[in-house]
Amino acid sequence: MSGRAEKPLTRHDPASAHSLAGSVAGLAAIVLTVVLLVSVAWQYARQRITANETGRTLAEISTVLPASLYDNQPHLDSVLLDTGGGRLLPVYRARWNGAPVGAALTIIAPGGFVGPIRLLVGIGADGRVLGVRVAAHNETPGIGDAIEPGKSAWLHTFYGRSLGDPPALLWNVREDSGEFDAIAGATVSSRAVVGGVRRAVQYFATHHDEIFAPLGDEARNGMDSPP
Amino acid sequence: MTEATAGATTARRILAEGFWWRTPGLASLIGLCPLLAVSRRLAAGLALGIASLAVITASNVLVSALGRRLHPRARLPGFLLLIAGLVTAVDLLFEAHWFDLHGEVGLFVPLIITNCLILARAESFAASNGVWRAFLDGLGYGLGFTLLLAGLGALRELLAPGLLVASLPAGALFLLAGLVAVRQLWLSRRAAA
Repeated sequence: MSGRAEKPLTRHDPASAHSLAGSVAGLAAIVLTVVLLVSVAWQYARQRITANETGRTLAEISTVLPASLYDNQPHLDSVLLDTGGGRLLPVYRARWNGAPVGAALTIIAPGGFVGPIRLLVGIGADGRVLGVRVAAHNETPGIGDAIEPGKSAWLHTFYGRSLGDPPALLWNVREDSGEFDAIAGATVSSRAVVGGVRRAVQYFATHHDEIFAPLGDEARNGMDSPP
Repeated sequence: MTEATAGATTARRILAEGFWWRTPGLASLIGLCPLLAVSRRLAAGLALGIASLAVITASNVLVSALGRRLHPRARLPGFLLLIAGLVTAVDLLFEAHWFDLHGEVGLFVPLIITNCLILARAESFAASNGVWRAFLDGLGYGLGFTLLLAGLGALRELLAPGLLVASLPAGALFLLAGLVAVRQLWLSRRAAA
């Protein structure tokens, strides 16, 4: 390929003479090295990874629920609920002096251009949307990824909206005779997000008691059947 | 055949061999799966490149240090175990320090185990060469692969706003083909001169 005529770099190596003892010793050395290596890496990384995960959850929650609103730690005060997608997903509860002031719902919105879109929707006690964050998606870079919080201000259109504002019939993108503008060129992605936020608002309005069930109420966890 | 007499020339040759003459993904078309999947952004490409670089260099060194006396039939399981252990360790460090990037590239870090480049260098070079030479060989190939991943990532990130296809998997394939063509052109010009 390279078109060169030089002597090969590999050469005879007397150290590579094989024997059974050599193979056994070599394999044993490899096993020991691997065990040592992985344990050291695990010891070193374990706590950092947990801290990273907590940090990310916290950061996500604080983008959809203003931190001044609550005095608890929503990432520790969560329940798993099926918000309509057939899967149990975490709902983080925000409380002030123990009284519910809002919640951040994880929603998997189906129908994105490339698979489902994972949303975190913050909703205040009055049912109004406080913030929406796209937590994970596979939308096309340069088009559908405009739904990302950093790429456009589009997600702000949901701020202050609630069930009935607009009414459920109009809670759609304009292309579906709804009230929300879709991102230009990314109607499919926008439609999925609008639908996901609508579902969050509806679920919050109809399942208030499940959402704010006291922590440790195991009967609620995992027992919720889909509507 | 002492390592000491190998000299700086040989060291440079070993480095250049992997880095330029036989760059994985460019001269020999291997390791394409991560190359095409992860090179959407400079940061992602660079991160996976560095992870691969760390694994291949460490694997070469350890294979040379521990695996040279292995019978050829014991090599495959031994080397695979070693590479798998290295990848696990690198994956953990990656997740501990580049958490956000790990979410994006994460799937492809464990898949480094299956990158045939690493096993190939272990088997064809490190298993029959000294530690220093094996280290240089791993470094050369790893750096070549990293540069290609980062370069392709940078190119795609740069072109994506105006040229949508650059951000799609197909675009990665076309751009890589373009790079291979440019390299071949340069080689043939050089041979003719």
